[in-house]
Amino acid sequence: MHRTGELFGQFETLDQQRESASFGMWVFLSTEVLFFGGMFMTYTLNRSTYPDVFGEASRSINLTLGAVNTVVLIASSLTMALSVWASQVGKKQWLTIFLIATLILGSVFLGIKGVEYHEKFVEHHVPGPTFNFEPGADVATNAHAQLFFSLYFAMTGLHALHMIVGAGLLLWLIRQSMRGRFTPEYSTPVDLIGLYWHFVDIVWIFLFPLLYLIDRH
Amino acid sequence: MSLTPAAIPSATPGNQLPREHYLNATYGIRSWLLTTDHKRIALLYLASVTFFFFIGGAFATMIRIHLLTPTGYLVTPETYNKLFTMHGVAMIFFFLIPSIPAVLGNFLIPLMIGAKDLAFPKINLLSWYIYLVGGCFVLYSFSTGGLDTGWTFYTPLSSVYSNSAVTPAVLGIFINGFSSILTGLNFIVTIHTMRAPGMTWFRLPLFVWAHYATSIIFILGTPVIAITLLLAGLERMFHLGFFNPALGGDPILFQHLFWFYSHPAVYIMILPAMGVISEIIPTFARKPIFGYTFIAGSSIAIAVIGFFVWAHHMFLTGESAYAALTFSLLSYLVAIPSAVKVFNWTSTLFKGSISYDTPMLYALGFIGLFLVGGLTGLFLACLGLDIHIHDTYFVVAHFHYIMVGGAVMGYVGGLHFWWPKITGRLYPEFLARIAAVTLFVGFNLTFFPQFILGYLGMPRRYHSYPPEFQVFNVMSTAGASILALGYLLPMIYLVWSMRYGQVAGRNPWPATGLEWQTDSPPLTENFDVTPEVTWEAYDFENRPDLGLDVKDAPTLAPAHGDD
Amino acid sequence: MWAPGFSPAKAAPAATERGNLVSEHHIVSPKVYVTIFAVLMICTFLTVAAAKVDLNQYFSGLNIIVALTIATLKASLVVLFFMHGKYSPKRTQLVIICSVFWLAIMLFMTMSDYISRPWL
Repeated sequence: MHRTGELFGQFETLDQQRESASFGMWVFLSTEVLFFGGMFMTYTLNRSTYPDVFGEASRSINLTLGAVNTVVLIASSLTMALSVWASQVGKKQWLTIFLIATLILGSVFLGIKGVEYHEKFVEHHVPGPTFNFEPGADVATNAHAQLFFSLYFAMTGLHALHMIVGAGLLLWLIRQSMRGRFTPEYSTPVDLIGLYWHFVDIVWIFLFPLLYLIDRH
Repeated sequence: MSLTPAAIPSATPGNQLPREHYLNATYGIRSWLLTTDHKRIALLYLASVTFFFFIGGAFATMIRIHLLTPTGYLVTPETYNKLFTMHGVAMIFFFLIPSIPAVLGNFLIPLMIGAKDLAFPKINLLSWYIYLVGGCFVLYSFSTGGLDTGWTFYTPLSSVYSNSAVTPAVLGIFINGFSSILTGLNFIVTIHTMRAPGMTWFRLPLFVWAHYATSIIFILGTPVIAITLLLAGLERMFHLGFFNPALGGDPILFQHLFWFYSHPAVYIMILPAMGVISEIIPTFARKPIFGYTFIAGSSIAIAVIGFFVWAHHMFLTGESAYAALTFSLLSYLVAIPSAVKVFNWTSTLFKGSISYDTPMLYALGFIGLFLVGGLTGLFLACLGLDIHIHDTYFVVAHFHYIMVGGAVMGYVGGLHFWWPKITGRLYPEFLARIAAVTLFVGFNLTFFPQFILGYLGMPRRYHSYPPEFQVFNVMSTAGASILALGYLLPMIYLVWSMRYGQVAGRNPWPATGLEWQTDSPPLTENFDVTPEVTWEAYDFENRPDLGLDVKDAPTLAPAHGDD
Repeated sequence: MWAPGFSPAKAAPAATERGNLVSEHHIVSPKVYVTIFAVLMICTFLTVAAAKVDLNQYFSGLNIIVALTIATLKASLVVLFFMHGKYSPKRTQLVIICSVFWLAIMLFMTMSDYISRPWL
């Protein structure tokens, strides 16, 4: 493995290297927009086709937990942004602290998600052979509600998968940060993983109203 | 080896290969399988895409043999469905889409812009391995029951009812998508941040512009098919209902999502080939390309407008009349930038000093065949006409004219054009010209009768047909055997030339790009010193180093390489 | 004297010459981050509150419009400030705009098919 901060052979200057890395991460994030976008498209069509059942199904997921998770995730974006700041001004201890805080908040998010999933499992809202939206529901309602929950699990599941990857990246970052590897001249991994983390936050910012707030009145 | 003006040879072939170059810099299988040199990765891709070309070609052979007789004795109807499906999947995802970008693009883009490598060499290698993993899944699918859904995977056949190995196949294509995405990412970042001093955007070779436009499609289109196939796979595995009408889902939604990528995908397949043609034509007409800015702009225009036309694949599957109208109009608009290119290439030829080297034969063939393929696309975009020719052999002929007559000829022509740079050796010119003509004749004999068949009403994807169509099917199969010869010949003599071909020297044609200023084959790091670009693209007049006598119009001094 | 394009004696060019590089060393202060966080919290509260009121009675679809507007505002703040979008080079801003634009194409043009089906 290379020593961090070293100039790679294909680049002429460290500036070029850093800017290429940052631009590369943004281009990757644009692919993620379209990747999640396909599911947002599926959601849009299905919600416009079955507005009532989607509203009913949305009411059956836990709004409090969803809202708390939104606050937790945005807070983790704050701590991530602060860790980037700490690396830029050379405050190595604060960098580690903020990174750990981000990881803790991200883990809280995943834990709450796990609680939610368990709730859905117990209520027979997990798509598949055990799915039963509510006792006495007719076949059509059941099928359409299963569509909602298929989207719910697919979208939040893919999001959670991205969070888990992010958590893994944060662990690596924390380890590197504790070894004092990041300086104002070299903090590219912090910047890049920060961008990724913020993107995952943005996906949730849209998922929350679309899944939890369809028809709460 | 330092470079001074006097030491740069122009059109004289060298007697010997350079002492050190990227092929002999390091030895051993690990130096190839763990390489980060973009040139070696290009050759790794060359081997893999050729392998999948054979796989796709084998299925095509079986299809054409089966269709020799109206009721077809070669395979059962169910197997026939698998043949055309697997032919499409192998050719589109594992040959056509990677071919020019991953082989020629990878090899040439750093050389053309004066860089030592792409921006992310390790990601480049990862891209190849991801391609292999995706390929393995698909090969597994092919060999354990095959695939009978059509390469288009329409639901609910693919997600519910098909009994073939759909899941590993969609998984393989999903994984392969990331190979494309990473290649596109690498190209975009490289072209933005790693151009040599003086290499401004409007001095870039048009090959680079073409790949930049292609990379836009890689980045923004591929993720959509990834998620779509993922959803279809999840539906199949867990009996969900996104695309299954019995569970409240919508098969047309699948088609919208599928074609949102798969139509721009055809521009992924043709734009790089157009880039190749834009390099070959000025070289063998010894003239700057006509309308550089318009060709560059039209590449971007095709990439952008190409994303607005996808539902022209769905005119007859249930979309609204107003949507059909809109997509039809937009499909006519997307033809305009392509036409601009054809006009500009033709104008470049006008009053040029034309030599008919093999790459030029492929380029000229491309212009004619792409013209036919592109114009017949307009036939299909016409709503009233499409009612009759949708899902017939007219469509099959249309897209083969573009993908084989266009993209594959661009690929083979490009391989020939840059072969001296890649290997340091020239291929045998006479035999190569014969092969090019063979390919052209075989191609037209294979696919022109299919236009007639489609017009007469023969449906596509059918294992049998009415007896009155047999004569055209026999012509088509006969043509296919000639076409196969046209492909086999280059495979043989190109390999032969790697050992026995005449040493090419730096710039055998000669051509004006920066890649022709380095050794053939180049050093691993491409350039001894960072080049500084002070000339415009294709500026034959102001390049005395090329050894061309520009004073005597219209005939310029012939370059070595003609024999 | 024509220039062949090779200058062996020249040193590597400055970063600004190569690929239009721009220094990305703008440092955003923690105060800005905390302020943006506060705004994001207010927006979250607002979106939940708005969902509990039946806005559809005033204008069909107003609930979803409000929800998506607030979400877009929140996302924009994250992109501009947390992700330094405001201080990024033009090419990065182009990538951001293009991804949103392409997503919009997919959503709008697909839905236009479904919405226009009853028209005929």
